[in-house]
Amino acid sequence: MLEIKNLHVKLEEEDKQILKGVDLTVEAGKVHAIMGPNGSGKSTLSYVLSGRDGYEVTDGEATLEGNDLLDMEPEERAAAGLFLAFQYPVEIPGVGNMTFLRTALNAQRKARGEEELNATEFLKLIRAKAKDLKIDAEMLKRPVNVGFSGGEKKRNEILQMAMLAPKMCILDETDSGLDVDAMKLVADGVNALRDEGRGFLVITHYQRLLDHIKPDVVHIMSNGRIIKTGGPDLALEVEERGYAHLVEEVA
Amino acid sequence: MALPQIKQDATEARIAALDLPVGGWSDAARQSALGRLREMGLPGRRDEYWKFTRPDTLTQPEAPRAALFDPKEAPVFDEVERLNLVFVDGVFDAEASDDLALEGVTIERLAETRSDLHWAKGLYGTLEANGQVPVQRPLAALNTAFATDGLLIHVTGTPSKPISICYEHKSETSDAMLHHVVKVDAGAEVTILENGPAAARFNKVMEIDVADGARLHHIRTQGRDHERQAVTHVFARLGAESVFKSFTLTANGVLTRNECVIELTGDDAVAHVAGACVGDGDFHHDDTVFVTHDAVNCESRQVFKKVLRNGATGVFQGKILVKAGAQKTDGYQISQSLLLDEDSQFLAKPELEIYADDVACSHGSTSGAIDEEALFYLRSRGVPEPQAVNLLTLAFLAEAVQEIENEALAEEITARIEGWLIRHRD
Ligand SMILES: Nc1ncnc2c1ncn2[C@@H]1O[C@H](COP(=O)(O)OP(=O)(O)OP(=O)(O)O)[C@@H](O)[C@H]1O
Ligand SMILES: [Mg+2]
Repeated sequence: MLEIKNLHVKLEEEDKQILKGVDLTVEAGKVHAIMGPNGSGKSTLSYVLSGRDGYEVTDGEATLEGNDLLDMEPEERAAAGLFLAFQYPVEIPGVGNMTFLRTALNAQRKARGEEELNATEFLKLIRAKAKDLKIDAEMLKRPVNVGFSGGEKKRNEILQMAMLAPKMCILDETDSGLDVDAMKLVADGVNALRDEGRGFLVITHYQRLLDHIKPDVVHIMSNGRIIKTGGPDLALEVEERGYAHLVEEVA
Repeated sequence: MALPQIKQDATEARIAALDLPVGGWSDAARQSALGRLREMGLPGRRDEYWKFTRPDTLTQPEAPRAALFDPKEAPVFDEVERLNLVFVDGVFDAEASDDLALEGVTIERLAETRSDLHWAKGLYGTLEANGQVPVQRPLAALNTAFATDGLLIHVTGTPSKPISICYEHKSETSDAMLHHVVKVDAGAEVTILENGPAAARFNKVMEIDVADGARLHHIRTQGRDHERQAVTHVFARLGAESVFKSFTLTANGVLTRNECVIELTGDDAVAHVAGACVGDGDFHHDDTVFVTHDAVNCESRQVFKKVLRNGATGVFQGKILVKAGAQKTDGYQISQSLLLDEDSQFLAKPELEIYADDVACSHGSTSGAIDEEALFYLRSRGVPEPQAVNLLTLAFLAEAVQEIENEALAEEITARIEGWLIRHRD
């Protein structure tokens, strides 16, 4: 599904190397988790994959189902099936949540040569998905993320993911800022999407999310590299002992 | 103080090119406006209120040529149930217009009313003359003196549908001057729509008297033709508990200067003026607004939003003047521009002048580019960049468009902006 090879990324504006050779493959149907200290490059990886400006890929490649991701515009990546649930979802005053989602969904469908959804079909779909995530109609009418609490923003990300049904989902600290119940809702939302054709890359600091979303593989990122890969036990080890011993192992 | 010779010459040259209509109740008002004009002289580039906008093409004797442009879309408000009145290059088109009769309102033409007892006599040129202090508006005086026609609208009740004035532009060299007077009686309510490019050069004045408890909604779209020029003035006087709401959408036009002069003279009156403009390339748009609070507990809002690209220029000069005794004034003014590139510019001069102590007034002016974070967020969800820019642009203009109370009309305006944005994508 997602294949990242030897990815080197520096900041466009500064001479600062952030990713220093990332290798990572997420197979269809699998959930991979990435953990790692603050500032190790996890969000940068997710941004580079989704096409945000400000980074320069100096070496390596990233493909989604064999297609070169790095060569595509952000919207093309989305239409190709990539989705990033942002660590910090953006507020967009003046753009209604519904309008936004409908525009996005139909733009993707159009790009893929599929029929666009009409207003009724769209409403039906969004009502059902919003209900699962306990997002009320009032929130759907509001401008995108404006005045949403931290937890509401994160749930809104998952709603978007459920609506867009991407092939490859990257979740960047979707658990941070969530209360216990919201965490459960979000995890249920993710688990509902798990299937053979879909891959997940879950970035998190806490084992707690991984109790709900059981990962197949856990990676530890440090200083711009994946320094260790293992099974779910690796997350437990981090929870208990922190990163220091792992970082030392490679040093 | 005598006028500089150059200004005097320019003014006389303009006057010489026009015929002063005579033989009716407006004669005295026209003569006195001509006197005012000669005293002030036409605006020049050094005048304080013309610092940001060059008046030359508005004042020169000949109207600069303006090509016609077909955006290939139905005229605005075509679908609206309305009483439609049509002017073609400033000349009333009776054939194309609806019958003037409508319950709750009498509508006459300035060019056709001769009786000296006309109700409009006390208003024509009066609100304009009042509005010459403290800021001079010579092009409005020129209009009062020389306007060839216009509508005299006396609203006595609540007409069942909006009165729509449609200005068609068919001649590349037309130079039109229209002067409307609107009187809304106590407790009456009306909606006035205006649309169309009007002429190669258009000078329009609308004097509006909103009596106690009356309500007037004014929604206009101007533009379409890229080369047309316009200077318009609204002079509104508001009585106690009255409401005046005016919204203007401007798209295209090398030069537009919209002046709006509002006087809140009765307690508890409400005045909202809003404008949205979208300009691409050779486009200069100037909103010059002056709101005077001269009564207690009145509310005024000025909301102006400009989207500019490819070297377009936007100007906002807005003032809230709160006179001594106008306590409990609630005044708000915002002017913002969205600059879609570095060649475009926004020039703003927001002013507050307050002589009462118990008031709440705020104003702000900003200029900015598209929010890159928001743009990336939209694109990451699959919205193509041009469409994402348009969504953010509409969002930017929304605060102005929301000033239109009627939802269907607000939607119509939004659809027009969207159409324009789509036509002007890279
Ligand atoms: N635009 C930028 N300008 C300057 N520094 C940046 C920029 N983007 C990322 N960095 C730096 O790159 C490093 C990696 O940041 P990144 O946000 O990817 O870390 P992270 O692993 O997601 O951390 P966290 O766990 O705190 O979210 C940090 O040192 C950060 O300060
Ligand atoms: Mg991060």
